[in-house]
Amino acid sequence: MNLYARRRVVNWVGLTLSILATLFGLFWLFWLLWTLFGNGLQWIRPRLFLESTPPPGANGGLANAIAGSVILTIVGLGMGAPAGILAGTYLAEFGRTSRFGWIVRFVNDILLSAPSIIIGVFVYGLIVLRVGHFSGWAGAVALALIVLPVVVRTTENMMRLVPDSLREAAAALGAPSWKVTIVIVYRSALPGIMTGVLLGMARISGETAPLLFTALNNQFWSTDMSRPFPNLPAVIFQFAMSPYEDWQHLAWAGALLITVTILVISIAARMLLRRTRS
Amino acid sequence: MRMIDPRFRRLVVAAVGLTLTGKVAFAGDANSISGAGATFPYPVYSKWADTYAKETHVKLNYQAIGSGGGIKQITEGTVDFGASDAPLKPEELDKAGLIQFPVVMGGVVPVINIAGIKAGELKLTPDVLADIFLGKVKKWNDPRLVQSNPGLKLPETAVTVVHRSDGSGTTWIFTNYLSKVSADWSKTVGGDKSVAWPTGVGGKGNQGVASYVQRISGAIGYVESAYATQSHMNHAKLKNRGGNFVDPTDDSVQAAAKGADWTHAHGFYMVLTDQAGAASWPITGASFVLVHRQQKDADTGRAVLRFFDWGYRNGGAAAKELGYIPMPTSVVDQVEKTWEKDLKDSGGQKLWPANKQAGK
Amino acid sequence: MSSLGAAKQERESESPDAPGLSSVGVRSRSLGDRFFRGLTGFFAALVLLSVFGILVTLLAGSWPALKLFGLKFLASKEWNPVTGQFGALAPLYGTVITSLIALLVGVPVSFGIALVITELAPRWLKRPIGVAIELLAAIPSIIYGMWGLFVFAPVFAAHLQPWLTNHLGSWPILGLLFEGPPMGIGMLTAGLILAIMIIPFMAAVMRDVFETVPATLRESAYALGCTTWEVVWRVVLPYTRVGVIGGIMLGLGRALGETMAVTFVIGNAHDVHLSLFMAGNTISSTLANEFTEAVTPLYTSSLLALGLVLFVLTLIVLIAARLMLMKMRAREGERT
Repeated sequence: MNLYARRRVVNWVGLTLSILATLFGLFWLFWLLWTLFGNGLQWIRPRLFLESTPPPGANGGLANAIAGSVILTIVGLGMGAPAGILAGTYLAEFGRTSRFGWIVRFVNDILLSAPSIIIGVFVYGLIVLRVGHFSGWAGAVALALIVLPVVVRTTENMMRLVPDSLREAAAALGAPSWKVTIVIVYRSALPGIMTGVLLGMARISGETAPLLFTALNNQFWSTDMSRPFPNLPAVIFQFAMSPYEDWQHLAWAGALLITVTILVISIAARMLLRRTRS
Repeated sequence: MRMIDPRFRRLVVAAVGLTLTGKVAFAGDANSISGAGATFPYPVYSKWADTYAKETHVKLNYQAIGSGGGIKQITEGTVDFGASDAPLKPEELDKAGLIQFPVVMGGVVPVINIAGIKAGELKLTPDVLADIFLGKVKKWNDPRLVQSNPGLKLPETAVTVVHRSDGSGTTWIFTNYLSKVSADWSKTVGGDKSVAWPTGVGGKGNQGVASYVQRISGAIGYVESAYATQSHMNHAKLKNRGGNFVDPTDDSVQAAAKGADWTHAHGFYMVLTDQAGAASWPITGASFVLVHRQQKDADTGRAVLRFFDWGYRNGGAAAKELGYIPMPTSVVDQVEKTWEKDLKDSGGQKLWPANKQAGK
Repeated sequence: MSSLGAAKQERESESPDAPGLSSVGVRSRSLGDRFFRGLTGFFAALVLLSVFGILVTLLAGSWPALKLFGLKFLASKEWNPVTGQFGALAPLYGTVITSLIALLVGVPVSFGIALVITELAPRWLKRPIGVAIELLAAIPSIIYGMWGLFVFAPVFAAHLQPWLTNHLGSWPILGLLFEGPPMGIGMLTAGLILAIMIIPFMAAVMRDVFETVPATLRESAYALGCTTWEVVWRVVLPYTRVGVIGGIMLGLGRALGETMAVTFVIGNAHDVHLSLFMAGNTISSTLANEFTEAVTPLYTSSLLALGLVLFVLTLIVLIAARLMLMKMRAREGERT
């Protein structure tokens, strides 16, 4: 076959394979979501939110785990997000060209992609061993460490989007630099920063590994963060790996809840981001 | 949009930081007790905890992480009591400053997932069982299996061994038995909470093993009998020392437990595998609870003891329903005498009997 | 998920060399300024401290094991808590093999997706596909694990594995990879699920770097009569090669450290088998399963040593990835 024909065939093959690859990727997504909704939706009942996790063979819900996860997420965010915003502020305002800024940015990216189980191990050594037992606080710290790099990165990027002319104008009017940052830059970058916080929230809502050796789990309703703390991912892990049907049903329901929550938060984040850009 | 005052934000950050770094005192809350350890008794402990919480509002938070984990946690003091099916020897108890006492007994059951074979149909001899777990028997229609199961249609499916991936007292009991009945096993693998399995897939906890056996066609695993019943799994018959193929029923486990001489068991160390008797279930064991001799918080210590006292007196029916054997009253008395003798709080006061103490 | 939007965000951030406040001329070193700078700088340093702290904790904790076993730790297959003999070979092998499988399957697929999004898809389709792929990334890994165990593994055991054994099992060398009982779980399953997990990350990075190729270059290639495939394969890919490799390494880093998706389906067996159907172990699933139960100090120390190995491995891969992506961005900066 002549050169032209061969090139056309190669092109056709390559493009078809690429389209198949895309369909391949989408296929898994749909299968996953189909399974998740198919297995989980039927077990979403009011009882799920009202009763705590049951022993095997009894009826119950996921109330304590859901509440526990919500509390852990909020506390983790409460620790990690402000720290991340402040660190990101440094990078955006003072550390754009300095070597220190470069190093922090680099290390932040490393922390961003570090295996979350290693962070769990770290917090175990840092807190659980010292205090002597598992606790919700340790779990929240682990989550905070996961949120931190996410928020640092988005905060820095969002703040750098604010034009310097605004800063210069404020400075020219006599404002000290800290006021420039807080009153002018934060105000403009706020939606973007909130996007970062939401992304961090989405990320930690599904994390299991870091909680395995920090917050452990609690089968009862508990709001005592100084003791083993109930959380949804650990419950799902335990229930899914069990041979009991009712536990497995609860696991699917919990998995669906987590996924829907994360998707909702992600959509909110994207909408917020689009508002920033416009 | 009104900005959050950065001073307030800094205050919050500082407050959180202080809370983290400052020493937080944890008063032993007598309203909740924590335990961790064996998955073997988990179904019965969790059933007891549920009922007990309804009656007394004292919550037991039990994490079934395996006997190995239970021993570690109680030694480190991260929980109020540990649970293990592998009894500690008296020297080990002394070194860690613990006492142990048995709470329930139960059987370890080989469970199978073979197409067409129903519960109790497959007959296994001890040496074949050991060889299966050694990886020497690769298919279910192996001649030795066909020999001991005349008339049973065994398929050509490959054998998949499922064992524990975590440190387990159930493993301890099971491998203890295998070491007794197979010289090969004793030489190459031995018995302990965690061994170097020659073959197979590892499940986490009794539940993990049950879960894998349920899913993999041609699988064989070992689980505590409550798990086999609760998950509707097919068990295999085992040939006991008396020469009979027995099922793991209440009676056969009871028969094995009958031979236990608890009065002479130092530190309640007791092994119940391969017991003599025509009807005994060969893989039986007791599940133990470990507590510190010296309790740093008397309230918590007493709460733990009260829970198990309740379990001894009121939890027998629930235990039996789940397939466990409750301890005979003579042993309960012996256990509670040990509590009175050996357990003290930080002031040197006895912890038991609880109602003789002033206050709660 | 943020690493998906990050590349885009970084390209959009205004003139990267603008100095911001520090050199704008605002030199007032009032107390407020110094405090603010110090405070924010403290938290920036906290990031450094965290990573440093992780390294130190892992090193300190694994020192007893490393001192006892030395470098043999990496080569020993033994994992016997009874006799106190620990070796990292089985988990390390599992980690590497599952990640390799994930790359082998994931890279071509991600490439195909990036190609479709950038070159083939009509404008109205670009965004939905992109969103769908990001959705895959948002799903937490425990869901992948559950789905893998409950749904994928049985289908795999019933249909795919026998097919593979029948058709490829008899091949001379390749056949050894597909031996063994069709359990459904095992190295191959874990690798495939990892592949699905890392596809969104790699596809997003590839799409972003593909989009940085100047339109003039692509249009010139089309003008010269190149087919779409040739444009991508011979113009876009060479131009973005460094960024693509960076993206792949990012995916690799993610695959190496993934815990929950793998723990459900890897089979938890401390063994090294050639066959992909057999159960194995990865470092992260070993940690997840055994950490809370390690009874002796040596056991805990060995587990921490495993963690150290994983951390160092991911560190190397991630640093290489970041450096490559930075080089890509620098190059792009030159052209603007």
